[in-house]
Amino acid sequence: MHTLAELVIVFVILLDLALAVTGSLSTCIRLVAAQGVVAGLLPLLAGGHFQPRAALFAGAIVTLKGAVFPWLLLRARDKSGAGRDVEPLITYPASVLLCLGAFIASSWLGSRLPLPATGVAWIVPASLATIFAGFLLITTRTKAITQVLGYLVIENGIYIFGLALFVEQPLMVELAILLDVFVAVFVMGIAIFHISREFDHIDTAELSELSDWRRGEYGR
Amino acid sequence: MEIVKPLAQYLAALALAPLLPGVINRVKAFFAGRRGQPVLQLYYDLYKLSRKTPVYSRTATWVFRAGPAASLAALLAALLVLPFAGRSAPFSFDGDFVLLIYLLGLARFATVLAALDTGSAFEGMGASREMQFAVFAEPAFFLGLTALARAGGHASLAGMFGALTPGIWRVAAPVLALLTASFFIVLLAENSRVPADDPNTHLELTMIHEVMVLDHSGPDLACILYGAALKLWLFASLIACVVLPRRTGSWATDSALFLLAVLGTAAAVGVVESVMARLRLLKVPYMLITAFAFSALALIFQMSR
Repeated sequence: MHTLAELVIVFVILLDLALAVTGSLSTCIRLVAAQGVVAGLLPLLAGGHFQPRAALFAGAIVTLKGAVFPWLLLRARDKSGAGRDVEPLITYPASVLLCLGAFIASSWLGSRLPLPATGVAWIVPASLATIFAGFLLITTRTKAITQVLGYLVIENGIYIFGLALFVEQPLMVELAILLDVFVAVFVMGIAIFHISREFDHIDTAELSELSDWRRGEYGR
Repeated sequence: MEIVKPLAQYLAALALAPLLPGVINRVKAFFAGRRGQPVLQLYYDLYKLSRKTPVYSRTATWVFRAGPAASLAALLAALLVLPFAGRSAPFSFDGDFVLLIYLLGLARFATVLAALDTGSAFEGMGASREMQFAVFAEPAFFLGLTALARAGGHASLAGMFGALTPGIWRVAAPVLALLTASFFIVLLAENSRVPADDPNTHLELTMIHEVMVLDHSGPDLACILYGAALKLWLFASLIACVVLPRRTGSWATDSALFLLAVLGTAAAVGVVESVMARLRLLKVPYMLITAFAFSALALIFQMSR
């Protein structure tokens, strides 16, 4: 049973690496969705005995992260005319090497953190590496939609980290977090759409300047 | 008896290696709906080439003549430390996997020197590309073997593959799966198979390995073709040892299973070549960095168990 959970953990890390090398925005959205689904199924694999409440919760996560979020994000991408590439600020090999370095650092950190024993190997390093991969997506990709993706990846990482602490979490807390993330993605989807209508682009490097000031500068 | 068996295994590897390109070609022909060349085609080619008189350019020196022989000698030596079906090789000592990697590097170095010695800009281009991709492939291979040494607890090739049992697949399946993927990518790149290089292409802009051996003829070309077959055998047998660890105690059953796994690896290469297109030249390092990432992850997993 635990070997299966370990395979899932490895799969989560491979998805992190895939996110670091993928240049296509729609593939990125699907990879994040796949990671959310896999992370959502993890408690069922690690928990051992079957519980209806856990199954219900996993079903909610899989529906939201696997179907609703990708649909919202793909819709936001199409409506905002974000194009097809993620347009990274650093090269893809550099992203992969950063991810690997993050995994080495987090496996060192994970061995030093005073956490209760989990039974599933690599779950703490994997969650920390996933959080780092989310930060990488946020900082080194220029589009606003990849920032939303980065937050989702961070949420996946935090969720896996929570699993490392308690295999079974309080239902209300998790549902509240899930609702928060849902609202966040929803709002960001709308915000990206409106930004793109207002500014003709969703490049975050350009968003640091005020619209009126630019307009005055160039006399448009 | 203790000497005969490793020797017989070594000779079997030498005799069976040219079979693998034939298997790959037959699989590709099957996917294309053709009958394809005979499985033993490379044996015929080697026989034909060995009877021909080599032609040497007037600008080439002894380096060009020595290149193919030196590269073949290095590969023959590399095969001496390679375990057969997880059993001990003719030579085995601690750290012999480093020797294996260096012998592969020496074989490549001899081929590249011979290519540069012709003075053709075209061959120099191929040599440069070969070296560029080796820079990415070698760390992946080295880290993978290191992870395997950690998993088996031995520092010699025979020891680490001998220690591989189905039990290790049960407890460390992710590590071995990552290593298999990494070795397979390295096999494709090192043997100039499709996603990295097309062995059938003769388009100047995209050739890598083929362009380096354009000026060799006769027995020299036979040496190079046979060396390529040996290299393919080397990587395929490493993968076969990882995928199908020693199960039964019997010598014959183990050997038969191992040969099946090696032929299966060759068939897998053929399938990959049939269903995939070549990568763009600029994307090949990405593929090899993926292999490096797999090996590094396997090593980290193994260390933090």
